[in-house]
Amino acid sequence: MPGIITMDDLTNEEIISILDDAEKLLPVARGELYLPLLQGRILGNLFFEPSTRTRMSFETAMKRLGGDVVNLGDVKTSSVVKGETLFDTIQMVDGYTDIIAMRHPRQGAAQYACDSARVPIMNGGDGAGHHPTQTMLDLFTIRSAHGTLEGLNVVLAGDLRYGRTVHSLSHALARFGCNVTFASPEGLRMPEEIVADLRAHGSEVVETTELLNHIDNADVIYMTRIQKERFPDEEEYAKVAGAYKLHARDLDGAKAEMIIMHPLPRVDEIHPSVDTTRHAFYFQQAFNGVVARMSLMCWLLGVTVPEDVNAAGVVL
Amino acid sequence: MRRVTAIKNGTVIDHVPSGKALSVLKMLGIGGGMSNPVSLVMNVPSKKMGGKDIIKVEDRELTQNELDRLALVAPDASVAIIRAYSVAEKLEINLTEEVVNVARCTFSNCITTNHREPLPHRLLVTNRIPLELRCRYCGKTQDIEGLADNLL
Repeated sequence: MPGIITMDDLTNEEIISILDDAEKLLPVARGELYLPLLQGRILGNLFFEPSTRTRMSFETAMKRLGGDVVNLGDVKTSSVVKGETLFDTIQMVDGYTDIIAMRHPRQGAAQYACDSARVPIMNGGDGAGHHPTQTMLDLFTIRSAHGTLEGLNVVLAGDLRYGRTVHSLSHALARFGCNVTFASPEGLRMPEEIVADLRAHGSEVVETTELLNHIDNADVIYMTRIQKERFPDEEEYAKVAGAYKLHARDLDGAKAEMIIMHPLPRVDEIHPSVDTTRHAFYFQQAFNGVVARMSLMCWLLGVTVPEDVNAAGVVL
Repeated sequence: MRRVTAIKNGTVIDHVPSGKALSVLKMLGIGGGMSNPVSLVMNVPSKKMGGKDIIKVEDRELTQNELDRLALVAPDASVAIIRAYSVAEKLEINLTEEVVNVARCTFSNCITTNHREPLPHRLLVTNRIPLELRCRYCGKTQDIEGLADNLL
């Protein structure tokens, strides 16, 4: 069954078409228009590890489009603790639902589920692997701000080794001809197979341990959280993490239209002083998760988004 | 110069990449626990390869499944089945685009490390020389040496 496991499951044309539909659905996502395109459909939310934004935005997206949602609930009280395989869990939920969103701590779990299921699977994160629905909302955010996805200078900063959002996003950026700069501590560099893939695409890739030197030339700075548990001791963490924090004063030389993104939750990597600058896009980005996922679900379920949504929907 | 005598019956694996003979034996599960005589020469000159290893296993004919395993460490090796001192069959090692149910992914956090998950283990060949495999599920590039420890 088709699903969205990595960004390789979508062509550039399909990405653009899904983003175009997402744009049309904005008034529905904002709750200004009722358009039950997915009425009668059920989304299965299978989150085997914690999620706030991804799970809630999938749920909101389905409900805004008139569909319903069933949740796996807390893994600790599900049949997973009894030793049920992922294959068996998917067989069960496959029978209950029309489409599945899942997050799993094991890498490859989403592809595995996709190979086991009859309904489409949307990968909401598999270990340190991929997070393509986040990438779709990231691309939507970038395109909304810059009017294009092509040829932008994008700096990805922080934990690039374990941060799955940046893995999927960097693949997509390369396909649209963006110049990508990876700024990370030495031990948290982008996995080499991803760098190799990007270079094979002909993408210009710069790897650096410096973030601040790359701000002025950036069109997008994509921050990620560096987790304490990746470091042997607190002192080492504090030393490294300090180099990947943005403060409003760091942005003096930035391009006016430069945007700062973050998949959230943030801890210290973006100082609250940045929130009131014109560059702060991370909360808008979180909202865009709803509209991007609405469009994705329509696409995966073969439902056409009408050209004129205002004519097709009911104003609320 | 003949370094190993001809065998009467069994299998000769020639054109093994230099230094890989021990990995081949490991892949084939050939060790001290079997009684068949095994001869092995390493790093002998080869016109085709510069240097190569050769393995001769007496009184045992390799199966297709074993050949599939061999493809992971010596995809261009030539395999001959010997009967009564003559080459009775020449076998081809075909490294297909996907190696299915031969070895488990070497990445410790892959979903397939749960031994109870029932789907086939699928490793995609992304490059032949040097050999590079990626797990269909987690996408991780495989540790080729480590695959010998993950045979199914």
